[in-house]
Amino acid sequence: MIILLIHYNLEGSGNMKETDIKFLENAFKKYYFEHSDLIRVPERTIEREFGYQKFNFGMIRHISIKDNKELRLLLMQNIPSDVYCSNAYYSFPDLPMKEKDWKEADLIFDIDAKDLNLSCRENHTISICNNCKEISKNSEHCIKCKSSKLEKKSVACKNCINSSKTEVSKLIEVLTDDLGVIKENIHVYFSGNEGFHVYVYNSDFQTLGSRERSDLADYIMFKGIIPETFGMKKFKPDKNLFPNLDENGWRGRFSKEVFGSKSRRPKIISQLIANGHSSFLKTLDDVSEKIGVKIDPNVTMDIHRIFRLPGSINSKSGLSKILCNDLQKFDPYLESCILNDDSIEITANCPIEFKLKHKKFGPYQNEVVTVPTYAAAYMICKNLATIS
Amino acid sequence: MLTLGHDEITRYPFLTDAGQYLKDKGFSLSQFGTDPVLKISVEKAFNRIVVATEGKVYNSDLIDGQASKPHVIELEVFSFLLAIVLIKLSGMSTLVKRFALAEARRAESYLKEDLGKASSQSEIDLIKKIIFELSGIEVNKKDDFFTIHVSDYLKQSATFHEREWKLINRHVENGKVFLNSEKIIRLLRKEIGVYISSKINKAPVPEMIPGLETEVKNLISIAKKFTPIFVTTGEYPPCIKHAINVLEKGENLPHSGRFMLATFLLSKGQSVEQIAPLFKNAPDYNERVTLYQLNNLAGNSGSGTQYTCPSCQKLTTQNLCFATSECDNIINPLQFGRKRKYERN
Repeated sequence: MIILLIHYNLEGSGNMKETDIKFLENAFKKYYFEHSDLIRVPERTIEREFGYQKFNFGMIRHISIKDNKELRLLLMQNIPSDVYCSNAYYSFPDLPMKEKDWKEADLIFDIDAKDLNLSCRENHTISICNNCKEISKNSEHCIKCKSSKLEKKSVACKNCINSSKTEVSKLIEVLTDDLGVIKENIHVYFSGNEGFHVYVYNSDFQTLGSRERSDLADYIMFKGIIPETFGMKKFKPDKNLFPNLDENGWRGRFSKEVFGSKSRRPKIISQLIANGHSSFLKTLDDVSEKIGVKIDPNVTMDIHRIFRLPGSINSKSGLSKILCNDLQKFDPYLESCILNDDSIEITANCPIEFKLKHKKFGPYQNEVVTVPTYAAAYMICKNLATIS
Repeated sequence: MLTLGHDEITRYPFLTDAGQYLKDKGFSLSQFGTDPVLKISVEKAFNRIVVATEGKVYNSDLIDGQASKPHVIELEVFSFLLAIVLIKLSGMSTLVKRFALAEARRAESYLKEDLGKASSQSEIDLIKKIIFELSGIEVNKKDDFFTIHVSDYLKQSATFHEREWKLINRHVENGKVFLNSEKIIRLLRKEIGVYISSKINKAPVPEMIPGLETEVKNLISIAKKFTPIFVTTGEYPPCIKHAINVLEKGENLPHSGRFMLATFLLSKGQSVEQIAPLFKNAPDYNERVTLYQLNNLAGNSGSGTQYTCPSCQKLTTQNLCFATSECDNIINPLQFGRKRKYERN
């Protein structure tokens, strides 16, 4: 949706200094020139809508691109901060939304570490005051002017990535086992910041509309359950209707989570029945928090959205969105950190240490430091540094 | 077109080629207006429509769903075909919807039965073919259940409001949803209705048949009763009240919540300038951005599309629904407090 993306832009790079923009544009241009093999148009190119943003500018979308050559031209001419492409296929991708003639759309899931309620978050989140621009470790109010209008920036965290990977694995299990998606049609990309984008191509779900995708999202998140589905009837509950550990789908997963083992099952069922119907609803909520897949449902049900193009740089971090061939081994802070190593002097104000390419950076207390371009870009993109 | 036996023709008369059927039986439409014997079919057809407008299912003369005598078959099929002719002559579209729904429900009960008792491969194949003709959906039998593709299921169930129909409350395995015969047919009710109404809509409008004027006139006056007028109380639904509350407290309302609030108020006729101040307390408030976004939603700028308020179902998924009993099973917040009144002649 156009509005959502513009919202991001103003939040992100709206007030960036000219010298910082110049630096990032040079770094990005070099990347797009030297790594053209990484950023390629997706299949069925001419049916897709493309869009891009430049630093300190709004979104330009409703663009159609023919091939890799045209894409390169766009990148080199405009040096965008971000490049996007639709998961939807249209007859006329460059016309206004109403006239595009929507045909179908790949199924897309967004898993973001910030939505996982992780306890590590407060240790690597930085607050930037919207009022006085003071930068501090995570806080509720600005330590200088006490304002509550704070912008939060998070820096690299291994735990966040590992937890996101766990969610991706859970998602893939539901997609293949329950929904019959062929594994080869699932592609996992690192988003370029703190999460993963999971694409499902050529599935039976291509033609589903927004409402249907919303129900599919609820299924995947283990949401909207009625107790009866798991055997808990309102009146005269029957032990035999509760799920077994060897069942497929959510009933099986529920059993494994709640009963743990076959021997514990009868006792726990009696307990659940004794606690009653409404208490079971609470149990379902708790179980959902644990075994449900934490996707962002808004992304999955939006069939007109444009997504960061694989291979392009995420201007929230300077890292690239790239395909993960081996999810478990994948290290985003190494493999998607592709901007160059040239040294650059910056004034950094980053109160939390972070690691990129196995190298530690920070903490920096408003000090002038010389760092490689990729680390400078990382901090400048997060408003935590500026070119000296 | 399927090749059907007598029982199937009477149970599912909409699967026949109407014109061909009459021709095969050696009749023309004009005979029904004058021939006293054939007039019985007209009366039956008229009743079939009236029953449908009362929200009931037409009770046929079939015994256990089977035609005992040949003339019963004819009466069953003629009354269906003539009902369509009468509706066409009346030109009242509200009758099409109601008649199609009632006939769909009638067919539904037969389908349930046929599907439930089909045991031989040929019986299963025939009913599968009928379902496919009606809905374009492939149903397969697996042990005691019937399975359909998850995507087919979702396309149908997405319009259902009862939570039991949410995919999470179904047995799903390997891309298939498992259902019993009753559920599978209930799921397809709308498709059957659509099939029947499209057949009616596609049928040509005949010239007035002498002798049928009274029936047609009566149908027109019945149909006129179904033009609803709406009255609203003007009170905001709980989801909107909640969103306003959050903003008033200076707490963060997610983007989806702001979208809901703005589109709701825009639909209720408020202007961008009236709505913008509501967002003043938001932690990330920026007047320029807010006005820009509101104008986009209102269709004043950007693509020119005017966005509408999301459905209750979507809001539930987004954790924005705070339904109370007053919501009364509405499907969109815009319907809150709206009462339907029918004109009485």
